[in-house]
Amino acid sequence: MADTLLEIKNLRIEATVYAPGEKPRNAVIVDDVSLALERGKVMGLIGESGAGKSTIGLAALAYGRGGIRLSGGEIVLNGRQIRGAGAGTLRSLRGREVTYVAQSAAAAFNPAKRLMEQVIEATLHHGLMSQSEAEARAVDLFRTLSLPDPESFGRRYPHQVSGGQLQRAMTAMALCPKPDLVIFDEPTTALDVTTQIDVLAAIKTAIAETGVAALYITHDLAVVAQVSDEIMVLRQGKMVEHGTVQQIIEAPREDYTKALISVRSIDHKEKLPSPAPLLTVQNVSARYGLIGKDVLSDVSVEVHPGQTLALVGESGSGKSTMARVITGLLPPRKGEILFEGKALPPALKNRSREELRELQMIYQMADVAMNPRQTVAAIIGRPLEFYFGLRGKARDQRVQELLDAIELGKGFGDRYPAELSGGQKQRVCIARALAAKPKLIICDEVTSALDPLVADGILKLLLDLQKREGVAYLFITHDIATVRAIADSIAVMYQGRVQRYGPKSDVLAPPFDDYTDLLLSSVPEMKLGWLEHVIETRKMTSAGN
Amino acid sequence: MHPILKVVIQRLALGLLLLLAASVLIFIGTQILPGDVAQAILGQGATEQALTNMRAEMGLDRPAYIRYFEWLYNALHGDLGVALSNGRDIADSIGQRMGNTLFLASVAAVISVPLAILLGLVAVRYRDRWPDRLISAITLTTISLPEFLLGYVLMYIFAVKLGWFPSVSNINSSMSFWQKLNAVALPAMVLTLVVLAHMMRMTRAAILNVMQSAYIETAELKGLRRLTLIARHAMPNAIAPIVNVVMINLAYLVVGVVVIEVVFVYPGMGQYLVDHVSKRDVPVVQACGLIFATIYIGLNLTADIVSILSNPRLRHPK
Repeated sequence: MADTLLEIKNLRIEATVYAPGEKPRNAVIVDDVSLALERGKVMGLIGESGAGKSTIGLAALAYGRGGIRLSGGEIVLNGRQIRGAGAGTLRSLRGREVTYVAQSAAAAFNPAKRLMEQVIEATLHHGLMSQSEAEARAVDLFRTLSLPDPESFGRRYPHQVSGGQLQRAMTAMALCPKPDLVIFDEPTTALDVTTQIDVLAAIKTAIAETGVAALYITHDLAVVAQVSDEIMVLRQGKMVEHGTVQQIIEAPREDYTKALISVRSIDHKEKLPSPAPLLTVQNVSARYGLIGKDVLSDVSVEVHPGQTLALVGESGSGKSTMARVITGLLPPRKGEILFEGKALPPALKNRSREELRELQMIYQMADVAMNPRQTVAAIIGRPLEFYFGLRGKARDQRVQELLDAIELGKGFGDRYPAELSGGQKQRVCIARALAAKPKLIICDEVTSALDPLVADGILKLLLDLQKREGVAYLFITHDIATVRAIADSIAVMYQGRVQRYGPKSDVLAPPFDDYTDLLLSSVPEMKLGWLEHVIETRKMTSAGN
Repeated sequence: MHPILKVVIQRLALGLLLLLAASVLIFIGTQILPGDVAQAILGQGATEQALTNMRAEMGLDRPAYIRYFEWLYNALHGDLGVALSNGRDIADSIGQRMGNTLFLASVAAVISVPLAILLGLVAVRYRDRWPDRLISAITLTTISLPEFLLGYVLMYIFAVKLGWFPSVSNINSSMSFWQKLNAVALPAMVLTLVVLAHMMRMTRAAILNVMQSAYIETAELKGLRRLTLIARHAMPNAIAPIVNVVMINLAYLVVGVVVIEVVFVYPGMGQYLVDHVSKRDVPVVQACGLIFATIYIGLNLTADIVSILSNPRLRHPK
């Protein structure tokens, strides 16, 4: 193995945890992880949150966030042990031999400096090139990464370019000093699917052209399969499985890997629409403030009792605004909202308690949607008291029923939100919505912040509850796989308009309009060569046009 | 129009409006005080008739708003009126005093502002280690001591014991720049010690706040030295709060130094104002109030505008 660039042996990483109300204790974040990366190869690190993948990635720079300690094992880079190396040694290798691409480029760029200055900073700092050479290289990289106007792109400030462009600029920043190794830490996770595919293709091209080695960290197996040579699956800081991409995807050995691969395979048959819709959104237009552009223009959709309408679209397409209009937080400028055939008062403050009760919401961030100083029982009990006047024993009993319904056992009632996992928090939010016995629940990206397996559990629970309670969902999401799993009908939104609307089987079947086609074909698929295939197809169509 | 120009013009207009409001308040304030100029000139024993005649002669019997506009009009043309106590032209006397006050304030500012920011940077660099604690301890001690005590302590050490600087900071226009500098050394030192802590702590807090940002980690992972990183990446994003606190302290250096002027017998504005308040010299008090308000509003306006200019989103819109 003369060509080994990075070798990690029996790595152990620990941190001091300061849990509220407890003494600080030591936690093992990563335990006994070993890997070897050859020059010019790409290894994917995959796992759910808390698997320790980012921590391992940063360990390749001998860096630990916060109180994290690289407490055992070896990290050998270019034949040199870097765990425990002195600050001077680490400074000389960071930004020269290893570079880092963060998940949120928007936060990782200094807002006060021009892009060029930041992109070439490490290169100049380490004295690798002259200013003009570095700038020329940056422009080349901008071109490789298909950024617009590569010559002048660097003169802009971070806030002047889009999220996808910023992510590519960050990749250019990492590649500029000609490092041996780049750590990509979820570089496309925060992007819309249609943007993700461009960034992914750009990263792949750049890796191929520069011959750099990379650790590619993500929770999305389909993404990592497109860029990596090998994959390591991690869970709770331990290695689960390690193999070539082909082996992991086509013949996974471990159950956990199999579960990751078969995720989002819920089979949901659509129901036929009923004659009387529960909620009708009629020719609604809405905007924020009195002047400016409409965020929603002339939108009409229907939700049928006991069924799910999925609103799909990218960020900025008006999905969440729709939820705000329906709930009355943002009265529409034009159009009407009908509930069971009767017009709802446009503004929240004019709605009766009964009208409020029938329409509940679940949010993306379960964390911030709950009062951290109330117990789970108090959170779920509040709507029971507010809408039904339940108190004392009756209330406790109903709380317990609801806890059972969301598959959380006894004892959870006394816990505080901080003591729950992400999935459990979202379940409590579901119970709180259910407590009002609503006819319609608006789910705003409720699974987006969750790990795939946990999200799967939530989707199954929602489907199950729909079957039992007959509640209808308006399900807002950007994730097509989720839509496939849960929807009866679909509305594809684009720039505030409904682009395509109908039963699931119609919407997801060709012929497609251009936007829906782009959206659907951008969703990464778990097979080798998918990325190349899509890019090739798109080139051919654009050449044909 | 460039949006930033619009914002700046808005701020300037707001500043002028504020100044106008301040002038109204100053005028009203001096009006509602018991007794007026006529009373002050003629003394307690003056007859009602004498007072009426005096008021008519000085135009004090006219409505207040007319007198206000007259006063404002004259002030805008550089005529601040005549001091009652000695009959001198106020603008002339203030001109001299103001020069002295600004000189002392500038010397103190030139030392304290860079020093405070540097100490703030060092405190962040060695956060929670001994240099940080030492800086905090010293600056907090000096801000906690009363100014006059600091003044006397320094005077004892540097003037009495060591004999480096004069204990009385008498300056006049015939002195050279270096002689003046020598004369104000002690009061400038005291003022520096007084304003240092506030600016240093704010710099430290503002930079520490920025140090949490992801782009600081990015810079660290480029292999930058810690001090380079703080100065190059953290500092530019902490300018707004730092400038604000610097300006507040500069304003204090100009308008809040009465005690120090008394301790070092320095012929500045503060002492001038206090003298004339005790003599109930209303025109002088009004003039000083107006000048102090102008300085205060001007400095805060500058802070506002610098904060706006330091924001790249406003400077370079999409």
